[in-house]
Amino acid sequence: MSNSIDDIQKEVVEEFSMLDGDMEMTINYIMELGEQLPPMSDSSKTDDNIVKGCQSKVWLNADFKDNKIFFEADSNTAITKGLVSILVRILSGRSPKEIVDADLRFIDQMGLNRFIGTQRSNGLGAMMKQIKIYGLAYSTKIN
Amino acid sequence: MSQILETQKLDIQKIREEFPILHQQVNGKPLVYFDNAATNQKPQRVIDALVHYYQHDNANINRGVHTLAERATAAYENTRKSVQKFINANEVEEVIFTKGTSESINLVASSWGRKFLNQGDEVLISAMEHHSNIVPWQMICEERGATLRVMPINQAGEIIVEALDDLITERTKMVAFNHASNSLGTINPIELIIKKAHAVGAKVLVDGAQATAHLPIDVKALNVDFYAFSAHKMYGPTGTGVLYGKRSLLEKMPPYQGGGEMIKEVSFSKTTYNDIPYKFEAGTPGIANVIALNEAINFINELGKANIAAHELNLLNYATNALNAIDGANIIGTAKDKVSVASFVVEGIHHFDLGMWMDAKGVAVRTGHHCTQPLMDFYGIEGTTRASFAVYNTVEEIDIFIDALNSIIKRFNK
Ligand SMILES: Cc1ncc(COP(=O)(O)O)c(C=O)c1O
Repeated sequence: MSNSIDDIQKEVVEEFSMLDGDMEMTINYIMELGEQLPPMSDSSKTDDNIVKGCQSKVWLNADFKDNKIFFEADSNTAITKGLVSILVRILSGRSPKEIVDADLRFIDQMGLNRFIGTQRSNGLGAMMKQIKIYGLAYSTKIN
Repeated sequence: MSQILETQKLDIQKIREEFPILHQQVNGKPLVYFDNAATNQKPQRVIDALVHYYQHDNANINRGVHTLAERATAAYENTRKSVQKFINANEVEEVIFTKGTSESINLVASSWGRKFLNQGDEVLISAMEHHSNIVPWQMICEERGATLRVMPINQAGEIIVEALDDLITERTKMVAFNHASNSLGTINPIELIIKKAHAVGAKVLVDGAQATAHLPIDVKALNVDFYAFSAHKMYGPTGTGVLYGKRSLLEKMPPYQGGGEMIKEVSFSKTTYNDIPYKFEAGTPGIANVIALNEAINFINELGKANIAAHELNLLNYATNALNAIDGANIIGTAKDKVSVASFVVEGIHHFDLGMWMDAKGVAVRTGHHCTQPLMDFYGIEGTTRASFAVYNTVEEIDIFIDALNSIIKRFNK
């Protein structure tokens, strides 16, 4: 992958900025992104892979190949699934170091804060933590 | 509601003008506030009372001899008298101010429970209780070796009255349940349950959090032992509530918390406690909140509860019919008697998505388990979307809500 995590974050922020902060268009677009997320294989969609939020559930699976981590994810809610797909787009196929060092500013920059932290209501915050944990865990596997 | 009362039509537009918060845009749309069962909005006069207190009367109550302390104390005690009338209590001393319903229930569970619950005793709650009326009883039952039992409900969300005779026995010491359910809207047959409980010598606590803004409350006629409610669900301030208790019981109960106000005399070897209600009001309370609660009560009284209830029933029926007409929408809680709560699920749409979409369209609804997880388990669902109505809501707002719902469903079926 030639684009850095920061490049893709910038790209995402630009896409969302075209929606002018309109909440309905933002939600609609997030849902569209979720609809385009490749389906998660049944073998990965296990209870062990659930990162739980208060109102919605997220499944996250990590595979380690060629020193890179590949993420697969899904959610039981359409909006969270869309947010999850953005994370997968930014972070899947990266080295453990890139993931550990990633500064996920896009959430702040897009004004998406209210979709994650404040209500403890979906699994996105938990998913971001889990992704970092995978990053750390796999970085110890490389030499 | 079953009883047909002579009611007077309210001027809802005029009432709306008393609520500054309603006149705003949310996400670029006019706010439709349908989260009234969580907390309802405050009329200007309640807000004014809060401000007036801090601008003119602020002083600690009961302790000072100076003029401000005198004024603050008088206003505070005035609310106690209003509450006494509001619930028709025998005596003003039977009204205890708390932080809210939760604290009122905790007070009884802890103080009454520690004194009167013993090994082998039973506490009976219902399957539709708020966590606030479950957990305090679980805690005290565990501490005292008592058993918590549950009144079952039917699919409509009504307590199965036929099951009560097997559940209410001489082992039952306390029956605690809500007057109206926050998740379903069900109005429970409280007279009947109180009679059955008293017949075996059990005491009764009614959680009135969802009732006080909608239903007439007469603790004397009900002969209820304890009645708990929150100011913020009846157009009053947050963080303030009431516990009503019969004098004979309150006097036998040990204090709940120690501190100032609740004592007569303190020495290091012995403390004698104050009389009720002060015995249960340790520390400086939310004085401004209590004073402003008086205005909330005035607001309700001036409109007339029967008139409020008639308007809300009209809204509930309108919303119920509209929801029933939507393919895939199912109302959870179809009891015959309900307060103005419409809880529902929509096939194929998670309540979290529905709530977020509604908010984007300016409609505030509540989603989730509404602090009634055991009830959600009974229905085999994770949660619902809940629209709940107050006196300032209108049929036009329900139309906006239903239009929003239809367009969200359309988006999901795309
Ligand atoms: C039925 C019921 N009981 C208890 C409570 C708790 O009230 P509070 O949070 O004001 O203590 C609520 C509020 O959500 C309620 O609806």
